[in-house]
Amino acid sequence: MSDYKDYLTRQVMLGKMNRREFLGRAAAFGIAASTAGTLFATSAAAQEPKRGGHLKLGLEGAAATDSRDPAKALSQFMFVVGRNWGDMLVESHPTTGAPIPALAESWEPSADAATWTFTIRKGVKFHDGKELTVDDVIKTLQRHTDDKSESGALGVMKSIKEIKADGDKLVLTLTEGNADMPLLLSDYHLIIQPNGGLDNPDAMIGTGPYKVASFEPGVRATFEKNADDWRTDRGYVDSIELIAMNDATARIAALSSGQVHYINRVDPKTVSLLKRAPTVEILNTSGRGHYVFIMHCNTAPFDNNDLRMALKYAMDRETMVQRILGGYGKVGNDFPINDTYALFPEGIEQRAYDPDKAAFHYKKSGHSGPVLLRTSDVAFPGAVDAAVLYQESAKKAGIEIEVKREPGDGYWTNVWNVQPFSTSYWGGRPTQDQMYSTAYLSNADWNDTRFQRPDFDKLLLEARSELDEAKRKDMYRTMAMMVRDEGGLILPMFNDFVNAATKQVKGYVHDIGNDMSNGYVATRVWLDA
Amino acid sequence: MTGPVLTDGTAGEQPRSADLSGVPAKPNPTGADGEIGGTFWRRFVFRRPLVALIVQRLGLSVGLLFAVSLMIFGGIEALPGDFATTYLGQSATPQAVENIRKDLGLDRPWSERYLNWLGGAVKGDFGTSWASKNSVSEQIGNRLGNSLFLAFFAALISVPLAVGLGMLAVQFRNRMPDKIINVISLAAISLPEFFIGYLLIMFFAVKWGVATFPATVYESMSFTERLSAIALPVATLVLVVLAHMMRMTRAAILNVMSSAYVETAELKGLSTFRIIARHAAPNAVAPVINVIALNLAYLVVGVVVVEVVFVYPGMGQYMVDAVTVRDMPVVQACGLIFAAFYIFLNMAADILAILANPRLRHPR
Repeated sequence: MSDYKDYLTRQVMLGKMNRREFLGRAAAFGIAASTAGTLFATSAAAQEPKRGGHLKLGLEGAAATDSRDPAKALSQFMFVVGRNWGDMLVESHPTTGAPIPALAESWEPSADAATWTFTIRKGVKFHDGKELTVDDVIKTLQRHTDDKSESGALGVMKSIKEIKADGDKLVLTLTEGNADMPLLLSDYHLIIQPNGGLDNPDAMIGTGPYKVASFEPGVRATFEKNADDWRTDRGYVDSIELIAMNDATARIAALSSGQVHYINRVDPKTVSLLKRAPTVEILNTSGRGHYVFIMHCNTAPFDNNDLRMALKYAMDRETMVQRILGGYGKVGNDFPINDTYALFPEGIEQRAYDPDKAAFHYKKSGHSGPVLLRTSDVAFPGAVDAAVLYQESAKKAGIEIEVKREPGDGYWTNVWNVQPFSTSYWGGRPTQDQMYSTAYLSNADWNDTRFQRPDFDKLLLEARSELDEAKRKDMYRTMAMMVRDEGGLILPMFNDFVNAATKQVKGYVHDIGNDMSNGYVATRVWLDA
Repeated sequence: MTGPVLTDGTAGEQPRSADLSGVPAKPNPTGADGEIGGTFWRRFVFRRPLVALIVQRLGLSVGLLFAVSLMIFGGIEALPGDFATTYLGQSATPQAVENIRKDLGLDRPWSERYLNWLGGAVKGDFGTSWASKNSVSEQIGNRLGNSLFLAFFAALISVPLAVGLGMLAVQFRNRMPDKIINVISLAAISLPEFFIGYLLIMFFAVKWGVATFPATVYESMSFTERLSAIALPVATLVLVVLAHMMRMTRAAILNVMSSAYVETAELKGLSTFRIIARHAAPNAVAPVINVIALNLAYLVVGVVVVEVVFVYPGMGQYMVDAVTVRDMPVVQACGLIFAAFYIFLNMAADILAILANPRLRHPR
């Protein structure tokens, strides 16, 4: 019972349930309405942001090798650093994932969605006092798209054919129609820099709510409030300190001793211990990241769809979520999209663990002998445990899986996308189109299931330039069904982003876009002394 | 990742391995140096054994450093994936990988790349980090300073403490104080260092809130702030290295005290102080110095686990970060510095041992 109340309370905290809903469900279980009263009173009081204070974050993922250039930002640490000092043209909405204006005030597509015109915001100043112009925007986009680019956003940007100015406006011409173009510009690498960062890509000068005060790669970064910030609904604390803490236990110790206000990447195995600390609040957000078992559809024995179906039915998804994610996640349905994406196709039947069906398909496939699954702990946290759990659940269906543990070093080069059956993870993408184009298009570099279906490819391209949302949603449904029933993807779970903060931290926004409130954590929260 | 091998320092046993015996490598007694200048060198070795040793060791260390750099380079080459693919990780696009490779010249043969690097390194230019594009020397300067700072204070506490406890243990040999010292120091060394670290964090930082954690140090910190930051990591390191040195001190002194010449000295009526100072100490000090040298080297180069646990920005973490992405210039520079430290400390230990015990100057 109290578990259920905890759950309801958490839903309210997450903003997933409103007062009426909570009271209705709570009453049904006889929970005192007074709880609800206090709960909503506190969250209402919390709506009034306080300014000031020094915010300290202990983050995993920093290395001495981190580059200051946003084009090369990769780690979780640099993700947050970039969000503090810079802005993109477009941001994504924390709960719907729709594009919302940032440095671009508004935008307009052409009828075929192949030409986009962006109006650039006026009166925005860079940290060095220079005013933002359309030229800075053009140079930035060019730096990320030219042939010599080492940018992490290159894959996203290569569909742009031409970048030019039309007076004060930016005009992008694409190689083909893309209804999601604005969202692509919300990529965290695409921070607008003065003169596009061509003079000095490492300067860390942008238009963000905080100026970089000091930065030591792999150690620490400090920020001071940008007094000229063009937005008032962010940047509540006076100064920020990011401390690199790559050790999970060190992060937990620092948080529970109150040395930092916020930590990322809480290990699901220790969440329940951390939850006991009276000063700490666990912040978990559903995300698009997913842990996968991938089979190459074109390699024997996985070229047989019955064997693939057998292996899909042999996966005990509920147990995976409980054991591997500690309950902080949701079951997957063998296609890489969940309800955090815009235009999610609802109502597709959830695939469940079914040893009988698995045995049926296994028999039909005519396969015999063990199936070799390669895994490593770098594939995702707990990947080796997950492989062993899978081995057990498959055994009940009469399928023998041989688990081979590979060295973590070099896993992404030698095993993933090379070997026919392995474990991996995907971080999710801003749009369905991008997720499918990255990994399910026949000729995609990262088609790690070797899913090659011309009709799928055709549908994907059609959906990309379709501006009618209902039609588009329908297409995505068909595509999801193809991947679910014929693809090489076994997707047992979508993992939540599990972070934690002290109770002083208020105003945390659960953002479906990415981890740590989509990287905006430091600019969105405030401290309640 | 614990320190050097612990010799079983039971009373009366000879320190075993050649490394710990304090006898310097024989400075070419056979004149294998070649015919030219052979006799001159032999005479020089006889007259100025210490200078000869230093000259020889310096020559050898240059060769060793070359070998080390070649081995590190080969090691990185042998690791799966190159800088471009590992740095970009799972999010690598073929074009971005290609651009990075071209930019850094990774498409050229390895011998050419090695000689290129060597050419710079000989002139003292370690180049720039591939990943962060910062000067390697500058970054290392910072990190090495931090590592030395931590090692210095750990040594400052642990060395006198270990030698003192060792003597105390001899004084009360096989009695209660001896046993307590032994049990506690052995318990400390038997626990993995990260576990000691976590225990200290749990009690001193989380439960009682008396110590600073994390131990991150940065430029704008004052000296006292730095000292307070490193208190816990220093305590951990002291506990880790204490037992080696303490037990070696105890064993070496006991060993010498039970030898025949000490008995003779006693029988001819010398005072205890004179026996220890003139006869026992010079013979006992060599192995102790060697163990201390090994532990000091460990404190500088081997503490990456402690750095990670306490979030301390030292050399170890820096090198691990670089190896992870195959950032060759950084790995090479770190490796060379580590090797140089080992060579230097071992040389210093040998020289000190010879100074303390003149018999070692003319090895037969």
